[in-house]
Amino acid sequence: MDWQGQKLAEQLMQTLLLAFAVVAFVAGYWLGSFQMMLLIYAGGVALTTLITVPNWPFFNRHPLKWLDPSEVDRHPKPQPVKSKKKPTKQK
Amino acid sequence: MHSFGYRANSLLTFAVTILAVMCAMASFSDNLNTPSPSSQVEVLSINWFQRQPNGNDEVSMTLNISANLQSMFTWNTKQVFVFLAAEYATPKNSLNQVSLWDGIIPSKEHAKFWIHTTNKYRFTDQGSNLRGKEFNLTLHWHVMPKTGKMFADKIVMTGFRLPEEYR
Repeated sequence: MDWQGQKLAEQLMQTLLLAFAVVAFVAGYWLGSFQMMLLIYAGGVALTTLITVPNWPFFNRHPLKWLDPSEVDRHPKPQPVKSKKKPTKQK
Repeated sequence: MHSFGYRANSLLTFAVTILAVMCAMASFSDNLNTPSPSSQVEVLSINWFQRQPNGNDEVSMTLNISANLQSMFTWNTKQVFVFLAAEYATPKNSLNQVSLWDGIIPSKEHAKFWIHTTNKYRFTDQGSNLRGKEFNLTLHWHVMPKTGKMFADKIVMTGFRLPEEYR
């Protein structure tokens, strides 16, 4: 997933779960059935998992632009700076 | 979110946390219910009333217990545990509570009942104080929820008295 896709997946997950929880609680309370609340919520969790966890194509609409291999030689990789170790003083 | 496992873990944790909040709300909704129970008990007969060899009084009686506990059931009620206790005072104990009968009510339909029974559990005293004793019959109940807080309450029915002599 690209960065935009990750953000979208997280937002979708939170919104969907909260929405299903609200619907489940209201439905359960209205119908007077605890079991209905749990069933609706379980269905919602399953659906949300299907939508947000796998790496769907619509999460990859803003792909990262990696450097082309032919450009590698024109932009040499920076070298780490070698520093001299200071000798430790002993008294 | 970086990987399949990361997203799956995040979703599962959030889902379970929300479930906990929903259960807390469901339990809280029980407070909105105002129950109006009623009950009545008659002692039909004293079957026998003896002093045991160990010095303790024991009495056996036949009871008619009727009650309507339907208003106590909510969407979050698993069952109601109900028991009938005889309560009286003696010089040794300021309060004695002896459970005579209990039952489990699994649903609202069963909550309006009438039962004719001898005492399920023995009515035995600690000592020999029961002759001519005045006692209350109290119907206690525990409303057991599917999730959350359990409510318990009772109805006290007064005016019962044991015989003066053994029989």
